[in-house]
Amino acid sequence: MNLTLKIWRQSDAKSQGKIVDYPISGIEGDMSFLEMLDVLNEELINKGEEPVVFDHDCREGICGACSLQINGEPHGPDRLVTTCQLHMRKFNDGDTIYIEPFRAKAFPVVKDLMVDRSSFDRIQHAGGYISVNTSGNTQDANAIPIRKENADDAMDAATCIGCGACVAACKNASAMLFTSAKVSQYALLPQGQVEATERVLAMVNQMDQEGFGNCTNTGACEIECPKGISLENIARMNREYLKASLKG
Amino acid sequence: MSGLIKSSIARKVAMALSGLFLVFFLLQHFSINLTSIFSKDTFNELSHFMGTNPLVQFVLQPVLIFGVVFHFVTGFALEMKNKNARAVKYAKYNGGANASWMSRNMIYSGLVILAFLGLHFYDFWVPEIVHKYVEFAPEDPTRYYGELLHKFESPVRTGFYVISFVFLALHLWHGFASSFQSVGFNNKYSVAATKFAKAFAVVIPAGFIIVALVLHFTH
Repeated sequence: MNLTLKIWRQSDAKSQGKIVDYPISGIEGDMSFLEMLDVLNEELINKGEEPVVFDHDCREGICGACSLQINGEPHGPDRLVTTCQLHMRKFNDGDTIYIEPFRAKAFPVVKDLMVDRSSFDRIQHAGGYISVNTSGNTQDANAIPIRKENADDAMDAATCIGCGACVAACKNASAMLFTSAKVSQYALLPQGQVEATERVLAMVNQMDQEGFGNCTNTGACEIECPKGISLENIARMNREYLKASLKG
Repeated sequence: MSGLIKSSIARKVAMALSGLFLVFFLLQHFSINLTSIFSKDTFNELSHFMGTNPLVQFVLQPVLIFGVVFHFVTGFALEMKNKNARAVKYAKYNGGANASWMSRNMIYSGLVILAFLGLHFYDFWVPEIVHKYVEFAPEDPTRYYGELLHKFESPVRTGFYVISFVFLALHLWHGFASSFQSVGFNNKYSVAATKFAKAFAVVIPAGFIIVALVLHFTH
């Protein structure tokens, strides 16, 4: 497969970036998208050029590190996959592929295709946890009866890997799907009730402070989410937030 | 409590609630318009009531004007903030792959509706206010139907009216159904509620268009 890659190159956070064209050949359909970039980088290194910087870690779809906007969609044209799980067979010989970093004011570019997503960490730190005394005599979580539906929904929300595709896909660069998943995974469980009011208020406040846009319910985030996080979580967070605002 | 005013969620809920309020108003307005093609007298009677009832004039009318202004001012403010949240644009952005045109272009359908409202106020509301509260002209309960027909004489104006309502349908197609999600309503009834909202988004604007065309072509 012969391809033309149009890749965003930016030497550091403060520099002006630009799209640079890279023709590449000998790409197999069974390669993952990141393996294709590995091939490109080997070629660049052999030519004495600077390789393209991109984020990756587990390469099995669970770490949420790979973060590429491919042909205008986060993680590319496939559904329910991260970039590392995207295969080159989804493209055709002769294709031109745009590869850009996830764009949002709250995700500043570090270099080339790598962005700083620590804004997500700060949202988590604001309240995405439960305070449990781990003194050695912690109660067994399985001893607390939980409705099966709630346990399932909480687990679905907890599958969010924090990759940022929701922000990248949203025309408003809103982080509502991520934040709502992190609120929901606790809102549905009895262990999360104790700090429910403070949690949702603090997390939404942090989300707003980070400079993410507002949700306008386009639903793009749900479609592009590699873990299929549902928009129901955003409705739940809205309910939780309204309830907490009246209380707190 | 401050979150109820300043937060992103509060603004989203405010947009939804003001939108829902305007949807109710639209239904009421359409019901009165519809009577014009069946009964001139009923239309005159209802218009006279709406135009002279103190509750409608001095309570509901200001609330409506506030609702309209609030909805578009907040809409503009949110649009500016949202544009600012992605300062560097994508070289390639495939928005159509994951969201409908209607949902991505609410600001443009909204601007067409706002332009229409400007003309509509100039056509109906301003002369009405001048007639009643500036000139203090004597009230004629039979004048409304004639004024309505007069406004739909011009094919250009009727054409603009029709186009505006097509954009209203596009705006409602996303806006009405989406307001349920904004206020936190997403449960087993959501599919039915969304279907109702989508049907409303087509039927009511289509109804306004039919009334306009009937009045234009039959008089």
